Amino acid sequence: SSHEHKLNFKKSKEVCLSYIQDAMLQKQWKRAAEFLTSYVESLEKDFSRENVGPSEMIWRIGTEILCHHSYSSMKEFNSFIEQMKTLGVKRYLKVCLEHAFHLLCNGLIDEAYQNLSLAESWRFGEQTAIQDKEMKLIRAYRALLDYYSWCKQKNILLEHGQDGFEALPVEQEMHSCFRKAAVNLKEIIKIPGVWDLFVKCYVDLLEFYGDHNEARQVLNEYAYNSKFPANPNAHVYLYQFLKRHGESKKSLVSALKILHDIVPSHELMIDFNTMLQKSKKRRKRRLGLEVIFAALDYAGWKQNAKAWSCLARQVKQIVTSEKHLDWIKQEWNSRKDWWPAFHFSRYLAKRNWQENESLSYEKALVAGILLGKDCKYFKYVSHQGCKAQVKRFRILKKFVNKHSPVYLRISG
Amino acid sequence: ESTSACSGSVDGSLYLMKNQKEKLRMTMPMTLSFCYMALLWLREPMTLSDLLRFVVEGHIPYLNVFQHFPEKMKLYGLDLKIFCVESWPVYEEVYNKMLELAVFLDLPRFPDITDSCFLHPDILCMKYLMEANLPDELHNWTCRVVKKVCIGEADFLTLVPGNKSTRKVKYDVLAAAVIVVVLKLLFLLDDYYEWLLSDFAEERNKNNKEGGPYFEFKKWYKVIKCSLDVKQKKLDEERAKYLWRCEKPLFYSAEKKSKVLKKRQMVVNLQNQFGKLAGSVRPVEKPNPSSFQLSWSEENTDGSCFHGHSLEGILQEKCGLLTAMNPDYWLGTDKLCTEKLCGHLAHYREMDFPQSYHFVLRLFSFLLRIQPSYIHDEVCVIEHKLFNKKLWRNMKYNTGLRK
Repeated sequence: SSHEHKLNFKKSKEVCLSYIQDAMLQKQWKRAAEFLTSYVESLEKDFSRENVGPSEMIWRIGTEILCHHSYSSMKEFNSFIEQMKTLGVKRYLKVCLEHAFHLLCNGLIDEAYQNLSLAESWRFGEQTAIQDKEMKLIRAYRALLDYYSWCKQKNILLEHGQDGFEALPVEQEMHSCFRKAAVNLKEIIKIPGVWDLFVKCYVDLLEFYGDHNEARQVLNEYAYNSKFPANPNAHVYLYQFLKRHGESKKSLVSALKILHDIVPSHELMIDFNTMLQKSKKRRKRRLGLEVIFAALDYAGWKQNAKAWSCLARQVKQIVTSEKHLDWIKQEWNSRKDWWPAFHFSRYLAKRNWQENESLSYEKALVAGILLGKDCKYFKYVSHQGCKAQVKRFRILKKFVNKHSPVYLRISG
Repeated sequence: ESTSACSGSVDGSLYLMKNQKEKLRMTMPMTLSFCYMALLWLREPMTLSDLLRFVVEGHIPYLNVFQHFPEKMKLYGLDLKIFCVESWPVYEEVYNKMLELAVFLDLPRFPDITDSCFLHPDILCMKYLMEANLPDELHNWTCRVVKKVCIGEADFLTLVPGNKSTRKVKYDVLAAAVIVVVLKLLFLLDDYYEWLLSDFAEERNKNNKEGGPYFEFKKWYKVIKCSLDVKQKKLDEERAKYLWRCEKPLFYSAEKKSKVLKKRQMVVNLQNQFGKLAGSVRPVEKPNPSSFQLSWSEENTDGSCFHGHSLEGILQEKCGLLTAMNPDYWLGTDKLCTEKLCGHLAHYREMDFPQSYHFVLRLFSFLLRIQPSYIHDEVCVIEHKLFNKKLWRNMKYNTGLRK
């Protein structure tokens, strides 16, 4: 029963903590602050060997309260964090890092930079080695801020490049930012992890200074090193880089192929399909069909007229050439049970027609081929289209009618 | 000034050595045993539960008493283990130590507790009845029970140190238990009968125009539950917010001093910072110590005071006397356990007993700041004394006991 009449120091602090937690869960910041005021005493007996001792609790709880309480200010927050830094040397860099994040979230970029620089210069015996990871992160985030400065300088130069403007100091500043940023960005992306923002910035710097080889190597490492976690963005960045530098279709395709494998619903699948459709190689065109069908399996693509036009184009091409109808049959086989309800219901026909004529046109073509001219979707849309005397719908109707036996071949 | 952690008072380490267990050692809780012993000797109107409550509420120096020591008395090293208080005093511990102390000091029989003393069950029951907002008329019944089981006698109530044959009396628990027994006698408290009686009293109240209202258990229950819940919640929060440290921190040695002072400073800073965010101003002055935790006034027009209510609603006339309508009784336990074996005379588990019974125990548990099981133990003892003859007779004829 909770109505114990005994009480000791440890128990009362445990109970206090549970009150704080309840208050925080209910967003009652005043009440949480009230109980925290009683809880801080536990610092005076920080003999606990448990992982989360009072000082870490107080740091985290205090931060939450100060973030949300309406009366707290940045000044108060900073003063609180400075105290927290002195509380636990094992946590020093972590607190510095989170402090910097908080400052950034509040738009205090200069202060964040100062904090990070200060933290960088911290040394504390063997702790320095133990907290090596945090130190790398601190340097990395400072590098990001250096990159940010670099961008600013670059923009200044671009704006005033032509006037008799004192470019030299700005240039020098810019290059200095680059050097500071580059060395630390390079360091952090060596560690297996997800470093999207850091990679992008680093590549941006390298490209600007013309070091394309280094940039390509960085992106390849990031995308293909098996030690790094599978990250679709890595492949996107690589693809974008290759495209920017006019690399061969082959390399572009191989970059996007992996993306298709990991994230079949990725927005780049449209580009991928477009590229593949144009290919002379049969295998690539086959892949293109697979890619676009796979993308349209996802609810997020249902209303994407561009995607449907890709599929429609390829289906039309195949049907017209009367070659490789088996490709459509293969793709349709696993979808014929659920695509009709998913994409081609009568409700969707009405809605698509009302909201987006082009979308309904493309879908109608696909429906007409896959489900035949008597399917609900095609019938409704083509009827509406012809009624509205839109030319392409008449053409569509003729086309589907002409190729109606196809439906029988692929549905069997 | 020595700097090792093992220094401090000259005999500090000796004091804490294990083989000293046989002898009586002075501890902080024992200072309270001393106080209580003195209060008992003087027959002051303060029970042990009152005393301990005042300590917890901060009216009696105990928690950080070293703050009040003269400057010259510096505590460090093992002194800290002796003087540093990190738990609330426990009733049982203080009481038992008091008994040991009385023996150790070779004290004679204490001054008699007579029926004009505050600690006498007749007086104490009156006080608790008032506090529990129960009708004054119940006092007649408590006196009857007290008389019947002979617990109002000076020989029973007075402490004789060293006399192992008599069971030692906890006056506050005893008085509370008597009231609980009376409530069981009149209302049965089996989660059924008391409500039935209450409805009956309510009916009779409708036709009752002259005189005071009849006592209705249901109404009383609602009022008390409401107040008790509020008070209990407040008490729970106070437990969570309890502060143990003071401005003058303790430290093991001079080396640790600066670290301890720095921590103290940080705690004060944080308390100020978050105290401001807490909004409401913390009351600077403690309320004065009060013997009564709950008070009820007959001047309240909302009818929330039951002192003047009449028990007639639940009594019946038999042979010119008013007796309880309730013919039944259930015992808290078939057989009393031996305290020496398991520390308890009975074994209380909330789920084994009716909720009304638990409610009543809870009420007194709150007032006395002790576990309900202690009151239950005492209730069982009184019951067994009360129904002694009947018990023996029933057992003999094997009719079984109602429970």
